[in-house]
Amino acid sequence: MTTAARAGATPDVDRIALAAYVLGLGDDALILAQRLGEWITRAPQIEEDIALGNIALDLLGQARTLLGYAGELEGAITGQPLDEDDLAFLRDEREFRNVQLVEIENGDFAVTMARQLVFSSYQYELYSALSTSADPMLSALAAKAVKEVDYHRDHATQWVLRLGDGTPESHDRMQAGLDRVWPYVEEIFDATDTVAALPGIAVDPALLRSAWSDHVEQVLAEATLTVPTPKWRSRGGRAGYHSENLGHLLPEMQNLHRSHPGATW
Amino acid sequence: MSIDSTATSGPAGPVGGTGTDLTAAGGHGAVPVSGVPIPPPAPSDSKGHSGSRKGWPLWEVFIRARRGLSHQHVGSLHAPDAAMALRNARDVYTRRGEGVSIWIIPSAAITASSPDEKDPFFDPAMDKAYRHPTFYDVPEGVSHL
Repeated sequence: MTTAARAGATPDVDRIALAAYVLGLGDDALILAQRLGEWITRAPQIEEDIALGNIALDLLGQARTLLGYAGELEGAITGQPLDEDDLAFLRDEREFRNVQLVEIENGDFAVTMARQLVFSSYQYELYSALSTSADPMLSALAAKAVKEVDYHRDHATQWVLRLGDGTPESHDRMQAGLDRVWPYVEEIFDATDTVAALPGIAVDPALLRSAWSDHVEQVLAEATLTVPTPKWRSRGGRAGYHSENLGHLLPEMQNLHRSHPGATW
Repeated sequence: MSIDSTATSGPAGPVGGTGTDLTAAGGHGAVPVSGVPIPPPAPSDSKGHSGSRKGWPLWEVFIRARRGLSHQHVGSLHAPDAAMALRNARDVYTRRGEGVSIWIIPSAAITASSPDEKDPFFDPAMDKAYRHPTFYDVPEGVSHL
């Protein structure tokens, strides 16, 4: 945690910010992994079932590293270290720090692909930038994960192109998927105090916006789709404010661990 | 190369129709010889994007495990076009580090020998031991001959 101490005057404040920052990134990956896992046995084709399961497992791997690290950082502050399971399974809705985008329901395949395009394009830029973070844990994770996310982004891109530029039906449903997801886009790029407190360590999401737009808008244009202009926008996921969706997701995700604390197999 | 029935079925379920005559003769493995539903090429637009998913054609997957080896048939899968088939193959067959290179070939593009032709094709080779290079003394130290 020496790098955390370097970022500002009081090591404790920075460690609190770093713990919160890492927790947010970990929760994004964890909640999206859970959502994508819901597709297993329900995808349009068995090949797609496996593809979505693979992507979910990549995200779960990232979540385990990030939550483990966040628990360590919090333990250093409070004196009570938490492990990845404590954080994943024993927190309540208001304690989760993921952006609301990742918790929205899967909808049809087009909604899921719209969400995947938005999120994996963001995560690709994020991890690319984080790979030069002054925090060695974050930079190592990002350098490894960016290769995984490169594939996630490609997977979503391929599907958005095919559905958008496919039949009239697939085009309409892909556009409807984008319309469903777009109100949650702005929140991803919102500035937070946490990021401001971690210069050189955290990445200001606003700086990722133009590279994100370049890719996403190019895909949508090629897919004959239009960038939606939503009438409202989500906010506050990083502060623990969530949509109703997370309240339904958590009991399913946490049930086993809460019913059988410490169970292993 | 042998194509066994497991590999041919792949993850996409059995390809043989009901009542299909399966034969394992002639080293072909259990290959249905008739009634194999080869999906017609899905209607494509100019970019090669296909139509309904019911029309997803079957693709054969070949994977090279490491440099220096040849590509081996590992199975088959459905995909709307070649680019997606390559990605599906990556997800279905290489997620535990099995390969460094993937080939995708439309199943419909494979011309297979027919079990009905096994006599003229393969029998003449059975009784001609002199075709096998077993009548030479291999010099010592030549281990890979």
